[in-house]
Amino acid sequence: MALPVAFFAVFFAWPVVSIVQRGLRPDGAWDLGAIGATLGRSDILDVLGFTVWQAAASTGLTLLVALPGAYVFARFSFPGKGVLRAVVTVPFVLPTVLVGTAFLALVGRGGFTDELWGLRLDASVWAILLAHVFFNYAVVVRTVGGLWAQLDPRQEEAARVLGASRWRAWRSVTLPALVPAVSAAALMVFLFTFTSFGVVQILGGDGYTTLEAEIYRQTARLLDLRTAAVLTLVQFAAVGAILAVHARTARRRETALRLVSPELTARRPRGAGQWALLGGVLASVAVLILLPLGVLVERSFATPEGYGLRYYRALGSLDDAGTFLVPPLEAVGNSLRYAVVATGIAVVIGGLAAAALTRRAGRLVRGFDALLMLPLGVSAVTVGFGFLITLDEPPFDLRASWILVPLAQALVGVPFVVRTMLPVLRAVDERLREAAAVLGASPWRAWREVDLPLVRRALLIAAGFAFAVSLGEFGATVFIARPDSPTLPVAVARLLGRPGELNYGQAMALSTMLMVVCAVCLLLLERLRTDRTTGEF
Amino acid sequence: MLTLEGATVRFGARAVLDAVDLEVAEHEIVCVLGPSGSGKSTLLRAVAGLRALDAGRVLLGGEDQAGTPVHRRGVGLMFQDHQLFPQRDVAGNVAFGLRMHGVPREERAARVAELLDLVGLPGAGGRAVGVLSGGEQQRVALARALAPRPRLLMLDEPLGQLDRGLRERLVVELRSLFGRLGTTVLAVTHDQGEAFALADRVVVMRDGRIVRSGTPVEVWRRPGSEFVARFLGFENVVAATVSGRAAQTAWGRVPVPEGSPQGERRLLVRPAGVRVAAAGEGLVCRVESRTFRGQHVSVALRPGDGPVLEAELPPGDAPEAGAEVSVVFRAEDVVVLDGDGRDGQSRS
Repeated sequence: MALPVAFFAVFFAWPVVSIVQRGLRPDGAWDLGAIGATLGRSDILDVLGFTVWQAAASTGLTLLVALPGAYVFARFSFPGKGVLRAVVTVPFVLPTVLVGTAFLALVGRGGFTDELWGLRLDASVWAILLAHVFFNYAVVVRTVGGLWAQLDPRQEEAARVLGASRWRAWRSVTLPALVPAVSAAALMVFLFTFTSFGVVQILGGDGYTTLEAEIYRQTARLLDLRTAAVLTLVQFAAVGAILAVHARTARRRETALRLVSPELTARRPRGAGQWALLGGVLASVAVLILLPLGVLVERSFATPEGYGLRYYRALGSLDDAGTFLVPPLEAVGNSLRYAVVATGIAVVIGGLAAAALTRRAGRLVRGFDALLMLPLGVSAVTVGFGFLITLDEPPFDLRASWILVPLAQALVGVPFVVRTMLPVLRAVDERLREAAAVLGASPWRAWREVDLPLVRRALLIAAGFAFAVSLGEFGATVFIARPDSPTLPVAVARLLGRPGELNYGQAMALSTMLMVVCAVCLLLLERLRTDRTTGEF
Repeated sequence: MLTLEGATVRFGARAVLDAVDLEVAEHEIVCVLGPSGSGKSTLLRAVAGLRALDAGRVLLGGEDQAGTPVHRRGVGLMFQDHQLFPQRDVAGNVAFGLRMHGVPREERAARVAELLDLVGLPGAGGRAVGVLSGGEQQRVALARALAPRPRLLMLDEPLGQLDRGLRERLVVELRSLFGRLGTTVLAVTHDQGEAFALADRVVVMRDGRIVRSGTPVEVWRRPGSEFVARFLGFENVVAATVSGRAAQTAWGRVPVPEGSPQGERRLLVRPAGVRVAAAGEGLVCRVESRTFRGQHVSVALRPGDGPVLEAELPPGDAPEAGAEVSVVFRAEDVVVLDGDGRDGQSRS
């Protein structure tokens, strides 16, 4: 437990605290008046209002679209279900920058709908909301659908036999069992959209700004650390509140439910209504998830001279405008290298933390549990910038070191590792170890023979998540990646920031490559995963 | 083989095992019988070394086991819910203990095949444990526990989760198997039928103490205390004043066997010892209910005074509910109890 705590202290708490200090205590005295002053500004209030509004709207919209999906995936069996479940999960591990790019290709200027119907949604709030739904669809399907699939249908049947109508039985038996999962999913979606950065940065233009995007603007463009620090604190408080509520619902979710194997509850749809529901869900998946990805791929090949590989070839060389110091293609290698190192760090830190959380209980440990989730919500921009100002002097003079990027990425990976490992570690029955001991296994041998085989898959899944998350990390990386070694998301964002169809095409090409790497990673995970061992994600 | 001397285990202030003394001889099958919470499972865990003693000693083959960790004690334990390793197949489970003891591969394979034959699952080595039925899992767990040839095999509710028919068949199989192998067995169960069918000797536990010990026949014939009598399913217990060959009770005068303890006692009348008498003779009761049990009819009788009396009558003899009958008692089915357990060897 000491190592994870030290890691979080040095690479998370210290940078964040330092940057807040620099903003609010410029000359040795706390300038707490800044909080009031900043929060009184109407433009800041607008940002705050929009952040909350868009997060709430995104959450509502996601639930609206994804809950039928969760039902269909939980209760119906149909050909291709396994593949489809993997497909809807792809967006969740996609980098936010890429999601932004995909929607730009779909509904942006010169995009798919623009060409077909002259419909443009970029610089409108709809593009942001749709991208958020795309991104978070899997969160709801996984969290709610996973539980729904394991609820014993006989409970509902018991209610029917006792005289409840079909609707009444659902409302009084199934719904209460689902509520904690639905609220947990809703909170996660709210959290992710509340701190949305990459999507808003690309689709929002100047018209729509979230808190995180505003922190970036204040820090990087206006150098107004004071305002940035206040906003960071506001976001911190909001995220802390969301996580606290989440922890409560999670604890409630642990109440004993009768769970059965998902295979027992799914059956083929019956009657026109159910087929229509299945069709509707499939159609929404096609439009919301497959179409943006398809358009992205299509755009990467569509050059003015017809379909070709020109954009891909261009990635291999330097352009004249000086966008990059190295050919953009090198970003692929950088990203993979960084992600591998970040995954290693995240697995070690997260694994140790999860093991510590399994073995001990109590208030302190629960607090640590919540603390581990914070990097999901605390401004990545702040963390990235904090790295730059704190880790530039002994004992941690890492500013010039490449390790900075994997460290920041690992920070975001750790929560995923902990969330994935914890349920599995907790599920290893102490008596299995006892059985091994009675049969002659020493404690170390028992761990190797009993725990490791059960945990190995979860460990691989956790590593896969950490890898995908590291690959897509943008908010912190954009600050600390050196110009001569950009990562894929950073390179994509930089290309999109330049005018011209070649840059646009290259961004699409690079995004496609990023998507392929993420999708391969996820499909490997899907093969490892069974519903029994799924964690929260 | 196994000796417990004043073995004590406490959970907080409560003693789950309270100064237990127990001896299990080589090749003996001992069954610990008791209601849930009586400390049976803790007894096994203490012998296996999974639970440290707060006082007393565990000796295996004459050696104190205090410093010996679980994996070096050389005992076998079959868990209540089997605890088969889910990630291994049947053969992998059975071979586990052999691997831990460094048995070479070929010998392992031969021993696994032999054991699977023994428990009646020949050729099942490649099956996943998740697809096995309850009875099959139980057999695999047994084979796994037997594989390293433990000097003492312990069974925790070995047949608890199985249905009745299977349980009755398995208990016979187990007894003959242990007899053939000469295994020393310490089993715990809450089911008296299971204990009586399996054991050479039955030990009854209550609240962490041993209250009665003896062969199944001894325990059945002379339960000793009211607790044991009621635990064995006997409900006809009444206060009595014994003098000579008769006892004065709320049910009237009841004959008792020769040599019964005298004075203020509790008295047990086995249901089979209640006979219908000619009218005007014996205790007059009203028939409250009548339950057909196959070999006999169980009748609940309400006497004018004293507790309800249960009687086992031949189907032809049994009166209808609501009828009034007179009953008398047969001396050989009457047992004078001793609440203090001083009767016979009830405290061991």
